[in-house]
Amino acid sequence: MALDKPYLDVPGTTIFDAEQSRKGYWLNQFCMSLMKAENRVRFKANERAYLDEWAMSEEQKQAVLARDLNRCIALGGNIYFLAKIGATDGKSFQQMAGSMTGMSEEQYRDMMVNGGRSVEGNRYIGEKK
Amino acid sequence: MARITASVYTSHVPAIGAALDLGKAGEPYWQPLFAGYEFSKRWIQEHAPDVIFLVYNDHATAFSLELIPTFAIGTAAQFAVADEGWGARPVPTVIGHPELASHIAQSVIQDDFDLTIVNQMDVDHGLTVPLSLMYGQPQAWPCPVIPFAVNVVQYPVPSGRRCYLLGQAIRKAIESFDAPLKVQIWGTGGMSHQLQGPRAGLINQQFDAMFLDRLIADPAGLAAVPHIEYVREAGSEGIELVMWLIARGAMADIHGGKPPRVAHRFYHVPASNTAVGHLILENQA
Repeated sequence: MALDKPYLDVPGTTIFDAEQSRKGYWLNQFCMSLMKAENRVRFKANERAYLDEWAMSEEQKQAVLARDLNRCIALGGNIYFLAKIGATDGKSFQQMAGSMTGMSEEQYRDMMVNGGRSVEGNRYIGEKK
Repeated sequence: MARITASVYTSHVPAIGAALDLGKAGEPYWQPLFAGYEFSKRWIQEHAPDVIFLVYNDHATAFSLELIPTFAIGTAAQFAVADEGWGARPVPTVIGHPELASHIAQSVIQDDFDLTIVNQMDVDHGLTVPLSLMYGQPQAWPCPVIPFAVNVVQYPVPSGRRCYLLGQAIRKAIESFDAPLKVQIWGTGGMSHQLQGPRAGLINQQFDAMFLDRLIADPAGLAAVPHIEYVREAGSEGIELVMWLIARGAMADIHGGKPPRVAHRFYHVPASNTAVGHLILENQA
């Protein structure tokens, strides 16, 4: 019997479940390696060469090189792991989160200061706003 | 015997730690947030615990995808402050309480909760930001801390109900420890927030207010709320709130005692991407 996944109809949201975790195992483990200062230096010196040391798919490597966090998440990445790439780039968590929304950094920051994104119209895929 | 004197609940947003560490706490953006903890810093001086049992989650710091324990109790003598990628926070090393932690592990496992016992672990902002909010910037943390890490990174995380029952088992364990210790239990994380995808930035003040009301007055009912409601209403990372139910389950009223006194309640939006909630509940004699 298939597992119940009631969270698939939440818009703009990917729940990091066992299936995503399996897909993203090496992508996330690569991110984890950036917890060490010497690895951050090696990665920044030659990103492609560093990525080639990991058993990641070409698609995953391209998504990292492009810093496309939505793509990384679709390919099994988890935001807490992906945050290590942002840390290596000197980005804040707010800059990283904002980069996934299609908003500019300033628009996103203003939205948060004004109370954040409303849940109205954002509960179900296809829901009328 | 040891006893639980109070429970403290707070969000643990990493940007709060960064604001403190970089001397930005007085800036207009941060001032209203830190003002909400002024009472708490005085309160904890007047109600100093001997030990803090601190429920938090690791954010891909000590636990990678190699090992994902649902509940992990730190039984070490000390815990180093982790480098999460920005360099380690300049805060004191966390001193543990191996005797009490081991006692709790033994008691709770015998009560059917399968804890993972951890003797070597770095602790991240999930644990250090709450300490900073309550104690400011001391040279050393004033008391030992038992880290209790809950998996809220890979789905499924433990249910609210499971967390609430676990809190009850932790209470029983602490109150059977043969030393006159005043123990506080802290539940951290939340409140509404989402850090990923096009829906990032979600905040739901109505949900958060309801959560705080029910945590105080209807914890058993709140514990029945399923995961999907947290995800839909409070954002994918809002699910961290289940950890507050561990602390709440350890309070005296769940075991026939009096309802707790609400010593402090605070709520603020935003800290970076997140709604910040904070409660202090005291057990009454």
